[in-house]
Amino acid sequence: MVDFTLWDIVRNLLLAARWTVILSVIAFIGGGLAGLILLVLPLTGNRVAELAIGGYVQVFQGTPLLMQLFLLYFGIALFGVDTSAWTAACAALTLYSSAYLTEIWRGCVASIPRGQWEASSSLALSFGQQLGHVILPQALKVAVPPTVGFLVQVIKGTALASVIGFVELTKAGGMIANVTYQPMLVYGCVALIYFALCFPISLYAGSLERKLNVGRR
Amino acid sequence: MSAAADPAPAPDTVLATPHTEVGAPIVRITALRKSYGDHEVLKGIDLDVMRGEVVAIIGKSGSGKSTLLRCINGLEVFQEGSLIVDGKPLLHDSALAMRELRQRVGMIFQSFNLFPHLTVGRNVMLAPRLVKKRNAAENEARARKLLERVGLAEKFDAMPDQLSGGQQQRVAIARALAMDPGVMLCDEITSALDPELVGEVLRVVESLAEEGMTLLMVTHEMNFARKVADRVIFMHQGRVHESGAPDAIFGAPQTPELKQFLSSLHD
Amino acid sequence: MRIALDFAPMLAQWPLLLLGAAWTLGLTAISTLLGGIIGTGCAWARARGAAPLRLAVGAYVELIRNTPFIVQLFFIFYGLPAAGVLLSPVTASILAMTINLGAYATEIIRAGIVTTPRGQIEAGESLALSRVQVFLHVVLPPALKRVWPALVSQIIIVMLGSAVCGQISVEELSHAANLIQSRNFRAFEAYILATAIYLVLAIGVRRLLYWAGPRFVFGR
Ligand SMILES: Nc1ncnc2c1ncn2[C@@H]1O[C@H](COP(=O)(O)OP(=O)(O)OP(=O)(O)O)[C@@H](O)[C@H]1O
Ligand SMILES: [Mg+2]
Repeated sequence: MVDFTLWDIVRNLLLAARWTVILSVIAFIGGGLAGLILLVLPLTGNRVAELAIGGYVQVFQGTPLLMQLFLLYFGIALFGVDTSAWTAACAALTLYSSAYLTEIWRGCVASIPRGQWEASSSLALSFGQQLGHVILPQALKVAVPPTVGFLVQVIKGTALASVIGFVELTKAGGMIANVTYQPMLVYGCVALIYFALCFPISLYAGSLERKLNVGRR
Repeated sequence: MSAAADPAPAPDTVLATPHTEVGAPIVRITALRKSYGDHEVLKGIDLDVMRGEVVAIIGKSGSGKSTLLRCINGLEVFQEGSLIVDGKPLLHDSALAMRELRQRVGMIFQSFNLFPHLTVGRNVMLAPRLVKKRNAAENEARARKLLERVGLAEKFDAMPDQLSGGQQQRVAIARALAMDPGVMLCDEITSALDPELVGEVLRVVESLAEEGMTLLMVTHEMNFARKVADRVIFMHQGRVHESGAPDAIFGAPQTPELKQFLSSLHD
Repeated sequence: MRIALDFAPMLAQWPLLLLGAAWTLGLTAISTLLGGIIGTGCAWARARGAAPLRLAVGAYVELIRNTPFIVQLFFIFYGLPAAGVLLSPVTASILAMTINLGAYATEIIRAGIVTTPRGQIEAGESLALSRVQVFLHVVLPPALKRVWPALVSQIIIVMLGSAVCGQISVEELSHAANLIQSRNFRAFEAYILATAIYLVLAIGVRRLLYWAGPRFVFGR
């Protein structure tokens, strides 16, 4: 049996953490784009879209991310498409993020007073103009802190991709723990790396939030 | 009051030329009915407003005054009757027709509803730029002139939250005027203001009336209505209960409901 | 292309799924109770405790909130034995869920506590109540009432998160689905069914807690 130094462990974990970061970024950006579409569709007053998207959000927020991963992993295979853990993880986390981001942003848009919609429509602005020039610029300001905060949830969510066999930080931790027989040390390091990724983002989100609240008084 | 804050009436008129010939009603409301669910709020309104006329709408809380105004620029959908503004019927289903209509109808709200993320100048310039595609230089010149018109020339680059309520409401008036509306709807535009700020807003409205703007205003300022309006409409339970010249309405009310309403104002 | 889904063999496995759902609910109930107590204690410590205590609680909260639940679970189940702490899968799961919920509950309840109007506390103290009595009877109930929706959401997140406990072979719902698919090779159907049951549980638990809150937790 080879001996592993602490540095060996940390180095391998850091290499695997790249995949955690890449997966997070893809899910966050993909989910953001999809979320934006899901946000705007029901605002046009389309009742069917509104109900469908409400259901979509409800389903993704009301079921375990782990199940969503399994379903995509095995579901894509049903279509005869060869799935890798990587594709399934990207797809599942993107859908998951889109549902949460839509919900977060919907709340921000809803927090814009009705008078802003009324004033802008009484000035003959079109729906797109109302959205682009009046509503979204205001909603954006409120949306930034919770959106940044949600990034932490995405990063933590990517850990579940380990269960379907995608080798990111958590999975690598399990593999290294198995060969080093030092599970406590390894999982401790894994946790600290997640912490190092997430905590600064949490702090930043918190400070944005406080700034926003101060600005409002 | 300082000279700067006092809205001095500008000598040259800044109002748009009419779309229809003088003498035709600019707003024609016929048998308009509106309900929220089972609750009928407007029970058949007939009302013609002539170009240049100033109409004050009074009545108890809940009598449907706001609802009527909001129907006129399409913020509320009504179920029956017809509404013609400047010769164009209001069609709820056509977004294009709706925007056409709203270019002719300006609205000023009780709560100002300025866009908080835009400077005063940009608030005024936004709609002409987007909707009328007015060129930038002309748009800015126009906005500056309108702000001067409401006594706020120096606030062009201020943000709305740096202004008093009265100033915000005057910006809202300038913003509505920038679209060259044929009619202005005002829904209790001084109700959210501290008493000492009411005067500066009413003076602006009065000067608009003098310049020949068609005005439909819901107001609780009876003295103002009496002084400025050509016609006063008393609404009661979703109907136009009594209407006439200010002197007649305030001096010789006919119906017991109006008498009661007027006397309730004095206690 | 045709996709043939067959749920019939799944439904034959209903006792397994039912048992799984029961485990999921059981784990959630216990960790909610324990996590709620930890959260309340820590919230008090963080809002009103001495400086070192505040710092320690802050570290606990941030450490948990900024690491994935699955890593916390694996650390407890696989890591702690190295320090001589051997836990059964169920105990490890309850411990992990409790610690996890406790951290989030701390933040949520604290937010409720700090918005208590000063006058409420003064009124309580002027009635000669002790500090603890003021906290338990004057500050806490309305604070819980204010944050109840957030707390309920967090409890549901923990319940859904408990799906990973199946990975250390706790026989909860996701584990049941795993077992079924390994028997009949219909993975997709098994997971669809389990996911649907999770959804029903999530909706049901939310309803239950919204109903129970005003009656048993903070009074009307
Ligand atoms: N969005 C709505 N949904 C349901 N009912 C409404 C709505 N808006 C107004 N109403 C009802 O319609 C009636 C008329 O309301 P409206 O606002 O037009 O009265 P108003 O005369 O402007 O009163 P006020 O002087 O208080 O402003 C009221 O009974 C009110 O409760
Ligand atoms: Mg009103």
